[in-house]
Amino acid sequence: MIKRYKGRVVVPGDVIAEALVTHTGFNTLANLKTAGSFLNPRGVLQDMNNPELYGKKMPGKILCLPETIGSTTGGMVLYCASVMGVGPACMLFSKKADTLAVAGAVLTANWSEHPIILVDDLGDEFLQEIKEGQRIHVKEDGTVLVECEDLFDAAP
Amino acid sequence: MILNEELLAVQRGEQGEAMRKVLNTLVMYGEAFGAERMVKITGRMGHAVIGTGSMTWKPVFDLMEELIDGGALPRQSFTTDPRGVEDHVPMSLMDRAMFKVIFSGQKRMEQEWERMGIKDSNAYTCTAYMKEVGNIPQYGDILGWAESSAVSYVNSVIGARCNRNSGILELMSNILGYVPEFGLLTDEGRKADWIIEVQCQNMPEPQLLGSAIGFKCIEDVPYIRGLDKWLGTELTQTVKDYLKDMGAAAASNGSVGLYHVENITPEAVKHALPDGGNSLIKENAKVFVIDDAEIERVKANYPNPWEGREFKEDAPELAFAGCPHFSCEQLRDWTDRLVDGLKRHGNTQVTVNTIFCAAPDVREAFEKKYPVRARRLKRIGVTISGLCPLSYTSNPLTDKIRIITASNKLRYYSKARFYSEAELVEIITGGWDEKWR
Repeated sequence: MIKRYKGRVVVPGDVIAEALVTHTGFNTLANLKTAGSFLNPRGVLQDMNNPELYGKKMPGKILCLPETIGSTTGGMVLYCASVMGVGPACMLFSKKADTLAVAGAVLTANWSEHPIILVDDLGDEFLQEIKEGQRIHVKEDGTVLVECEDLFDAAP
Repeated sequence: MILNEELLAVQRGEQGEAMRKVLNTLVMYGEAFGAERMVKITGRMGHAVIGTGSMTWKPVFDLMEELIDGGALPRQSFTTDPRGVEDHVPMSLMDRAMFKVIFSGQKRMEQEWERMGIKDSNAYTCTAYMKEVGNIPQYGDILGWAESSAVSYVNSVIGARCNRNSGILELMSNILGYVPEFGLLTDEGRKADWIIEVQCQNMPEPQLLGSAIGFKCIEDVPYIRGLDKWLGTELTQTVKDYLKDMGAAAASNGSVGLYHVENITPEAVKHALPDGGNSLIKENAKVFVIDDAEIERVKANYPNPWEGREFKEDAPELAFAGCPHFSCEQLRDWTDRLVDGLKRHGNTQVTVNTIFCAAPDVREAFEKKYPVRARRLKRIGVTISGLCPLSYTSNPLTDKIRIITASNKLRYYSKARFYSEAELVEIITGGWDEKWR
C-alpha cells in the first residue's frame, strides 16, 4: 500500500531512505554538538531531553519532525553535519519549517555539495502515522511516499 | 522576491561571486517564509553566534574564509558569542590539553573575525547588549542577529526587530546589509498567540518560569500577565536581568524569539488598550495558567543527567552561574548571596569550585565598580570568566565532571544538573547533603 503525502518544497531533491521520527521539537545543537568529530564520528543523537531520538544515528536518514528548537547555531550545525557526512538526507516537517532548519537546508543548497532536502507543511496526520524505520521516498515536487510496495519502481 | 537596484546589481555579480551567493542564500531563506522584499539593517552593530573554535565547526571557518577571500565582509562592526574556555579558569592539565584539541579552530576563527571587523577582543559574550559592552540596539531597529537568548532579549526588552537567524545567516545578513522581511520583522508576526497568566504565590525564578513558557509556546509569541506584581512597571536593571534569564530559558526549551510582558516591555506598554486589553494579542490567542504546581512540575520533569552513572551519589565538582552571562549587578547580588550563605553555614570558602560567567567588559566593570566584592569573591574561591559553559562541556573530560547549575540553557545542552537558584546557593555555600541527591 502506498501512503501518499504532499508538502511544500523548500530545498528540492529525490531520495529514498529510512525514517527517523520525533514528535517533539528537534534540538539541533543538543543532538549534533560533536557530530562528525572523533567524539561522535557516527552522528549519534545526544539530546537527553528527547527520548525518542537519544542514542540513535542520524546519517542518511529522513528526519520526520514538527519543528527544530533551541540554539540559533541550529542552521550552521546542520550545515556542518551535512558537510562532514553525518547529517540527515532529508527533513520532513509536519508544520511549516522554522527559521533555523530552513537556514541549515538553504546553506547546504548554496554552499555545499550535499544539500539537505527539506519539505514541510505535510500535516499532523503525517507525523501521527509515520513510524521509525519505515522507508520513505521523497520526490522533487514534494510528494512523499511511505512504505509503498513499488518504492524502487518509483525511484528515478 | 522583489529586489531593489542595489541588490539587483549584487545579483548580477557586480560585487563578486561570493556576494552573489550571499544574496541568493538570503533570498532563498526569505522566500521560504513568504518574504516579498529585503529590508535594510538599521542597527548600529551586528551580533554573531560563533565564539568557540570548535573542531566540529571547521566547515563554518572554511566558509568564512571563502567569504573573506571573495571580498564579502560585514558592513558594520559586530560582537559574537563567548569563547569556550579561558586560560585563567582552573582545570587539570588533561582538561587543558583536551581543550586544545576540541577548540583547535579557536585561533583561526578569531583571526577570521578580526579580518571581518569584530568590535574588539572583549566582544565575546552572549549578552552584548549590556551597557558595559555597548552593543545596544534601539527600539524599532531592524537587526540580523543570531544567539537565541540575545534575539529574545533585543526583541522583547528593547523592542528591536529580529528573526531567530541561524549562525552564518546572521553573518551573511550583515555582509549584505539587508535581511528578508518576514516573521518577527512584521507587525503581524509580533502579535501574541498565547496569553500566559502567571498565578504563583511568590515570584517564580526566571529560568523556571521561562522553561515553563518555552515548553508550552514552543515557537509562538506569548503575552505574559502577572509579573508586574513583583517586577513593577519600570525596566530597571534588575527587571532586565530577570527577563534576560526568563527569555533564555524559553528559547532553549522551545524557540521563543519574542515575548511581551504586560505593563513592562516596551511594545506591551505601547499597545495597551484603555479597557485593560492589548492590541498585540491575537483574537484567537490561547490562555495558559502557570502556577506554583506547574513550576514544580516543570522542574521535577527535567531529566536527571546523573541517573545511572557511577558517581550518582557523589558531591558536585563544579558549579556554574551566569548562563546567559551575568550583568554587573547580578555579579554584585550573587556575590552577596554567596557571602551571606557562607556566613549562615559557618564556612569561609565555597564548597564547590564555582564559576560566574560574564562578558569580559562586564567583569572589568565589576572589578572597578565593586572592588571589595570582587576581592571577596576571589577569596571565597569563585572565578569570574567570560567563557560559555555550554561550550566548556563539549570537552568529553569536562562533560564528565559533576556540574550543577541554575541555568536551564546549560542543563539542556549538557549533563549539568539543575537546581533552583536558592538551592544552588545552599549547595555552594553549605555543602553537599543527602537532601540534594
